[in-house]
Amino acid sequence: MSDYAISVRDLGKQYRIGGRPSGYRTLRDALAGGFRRLGSRAEEDDQNMIWALRDVTFDVRQGGVLGIIGKNGAGKSTLLKILARVTEPSVGEARIAGRVGSLLEVGTGFHPELTGRENIYLNGAILGMKRAEIDTKFDEIVAFAEVERFIDTPIKHYSSGMNLRLAFSVAAHLEPEILVVDEVLAVGDAEFQRKCLGKMNDVAREGRTVLFVSHDMSAILRLTEEAIVLQDGRIALRAPSEEAVDFYMTSGMSEVGEHRWDPNAPGVSAAAPFRPLALRVLNPEGQPADRVLASDAFGIEFEYELEEAVKGLRIGIYLFTSRGEPVFTSFDTDDPEAYVRHEVRSAGRYRSRCQIPALFLNEGRFVLGVNASTFKIRSYFTDEHALSFSIDGTGAPGSQWAERRHGPLRPQLAWSITEAVP
Amino acid sequence: MTATNQPVPVTVIRPSRGWGGLDFGELWHFRELLYFLTWRDIKVRYKQTLLGAAWAILKPFFSMVIFTIIFGRLAGIPTDGVPPAVFYFTGLLPWVLFQDGISKASSSLVSGRSLVTKVYFPRLLVPLSSILGGLVDFLLASIVLVGMMLFYRVPPSASIWTLPLFLLLVLVTGLGVGLWLSALNVAYRDIGYITPFIVQAWMYASPVAYSATLIPQGWGQLAYGLNPMAGVIQGFRWAVLGVGQPSAGLLGLSTFVAFVVLISGVLYFRRMERTFADIV
Repeated sequence: MSDYAISVRDLGKQYRIGGRPSGYRTLRDALAGGFRRLGSRAEEDDQNMIWALRDVTFDVRQGGVLGIIGKNGAGKSTLLKILARVTEPSVGEARIAGRVGSLLEVGTGFHPELTGRENIYLNGAILGMKRAEIDTKFDEIVAFAEVERFIDTPIKHYSSGMNLRLAFSVAAHLEPEILVVDEVLAVGDAEFQRKCLGKMNDVAREGRTVLFVSHDMSAILRLTEEAIVLQDGRIALRAPSEEAVDFYMTSGMSEVGEHRWDPNAPGVSAAAPFRPLALRVLNPEGQPADRVLASDAFGIEFEYELEEAVKGLRIGIYLFTSRGEPVFTSFDTDDPEAYVRHEVRSAGRYRSRCQIPALFLNEGRFVLGVNASTFKIRSYFTDEHALSFSIDGTGAPGSQWAERRHGPLRPQLAWSITEAVP
Repeated sequence: MTATNQPVPVTVIRPSRGWGGLDFGELWHFRELLYFLTWRDIKVRYKQTLLGAAWAILKPFFSMVIFTIIFGRLAGIPTDGVPPAVFYFTGLLPWVLFQDGISKASSSLVSGRSLVTKVYFPRLLVPLSSILGGLVDFLLASIVLVGMMLFYRVPPSASIWTLPLFLLLVLVTGLGVGLWLSALNVAYRDIGYITPFIVQAWMYASPVAYSATLIPQGWGQLAYGLNPMAGVIQGFRWAVLGVGQPSAGLLGLSTFVAFVVLISGVLYFRRMERTFADIV
């Protein structure tokens, strides 16, 4: 037997369109479908089936930690569900050596009426632990979750944080040979996230195999050495994590200095009446540019259309490094005066534009995201990596020394040097 | 603890084809989960209701009172020479176990969606735990039956030793029907609406409120035996009270049908199992 913990060959999964999310049919549909199928079976099948996963082949060696990244709908969850045996592949094969512990959304099977103690046993059993195993780890689980005082309280009285801590704690003590982790760190406070990452590190160091799916690129970089990028159900790249993250953050952004949204293209999920049109990085000449000088101020412009008036709309831009670390978020109505002035935007085309000051960003590749929403009411549109661009370090503060500087920013600060008299 | 040199079991995941049988080894491996799922159902049921366990007794008790008034007093249907209250209550015990079991089982996979779409385990455990969850109610109600028999001075029959067999037969029938309904319900939510009607009609087709001895001998009895619950309930009552002994034909046919339903239920369930997570 090879020393691979996971080996996947030509794995594919086909779904019927409209088969999800409201997949169940009524008897009437089935009866009607039966008649229709008599006529044109093959034709219907071709049109209504899509591949959520296709031709996926990879191996993970024993003790390896593999990151899996990709946009929503790229097939990550489908892949994990197949490996966790929740759903069956349509074609292909996967061989798995050892017990798979899946953290596909922790807390599966938790029941609000049951106490913390009862839920630990229930959840443990669901995840495949033996009762004796839970008995020996019980105190450890409770301590890790920091819920000692409430262990005999029904968890409906728990805060969401406590709930999550307890759920993760049970799952983390499962000790399977292969751990599949899907986006559990998206919730929970910073301290607990650190704890979780630490625990996962331990798991990997003990020689167990980890598959880690996350939208948090910094977590991917910290935890994994290697990652695969899924695009439209296929593996687009398998590479060292840094390279994979870089590829993922900048992929699909071939347009130079500008990203246009085709209103008819699938995947543009903007809520009416909002329609995104284009996002641009503008050089000092006002032209879309892929590369701007650190010593120049430059513009970021988002063009969009409102089919009817929207009250309280705000357009935001997110700036990330190419490793996915957030740099800043800014909204076009951050200024209270601007907010009052544009409280209602009537139907029509708009451009929200901002100016990034010169001598502010460090050299390197950056990713822009946009968002249109009304505060705490509605989100119309979000694209977390719509466009990427580069900052050319020429003329940046301190560029007389040819050395790389850490951090996404490289601001020109007002220094003074005085002689301190003791 | 760590992945040392000891051989680890290799799981091969590939698309399955055709009809699958039962993997008893795997079911045995997951027996603790079955215990916890059953235990959860029972615990939650008793925690969330005001009267808790009292419902286990009140439900058949109220039905018994209604039967006594309508069928006993008004219609005057004979009860094999046993006080009507005891007669009806004895029939209601296995019936309620069956009825609650299949009702819960039919919605079990749909309401357990979060489990089914996230974790692997033999899905059969879900409807199975629904059926077994009724056993606690059954036990509580049995205590009341004992009390009633003492009150009415009805002695237990000599055939009481066959009781576990009939109880087992109730579970077999319940599981068979429960498997069919739960698997169908995943694909066709109509089942959720149909189940109450099935249950209602089925009760009148079973000797709960009357004795199977009222059915004409010969072909009538035989046709009646096609209802698996007919032989089961009549037999159950005979085991407890010693009246209305079911004919061998009725009993044999009912038992046969019960196992046909169970085996076909398992096969259909296993066939549909692979798609549950995708369409539930």
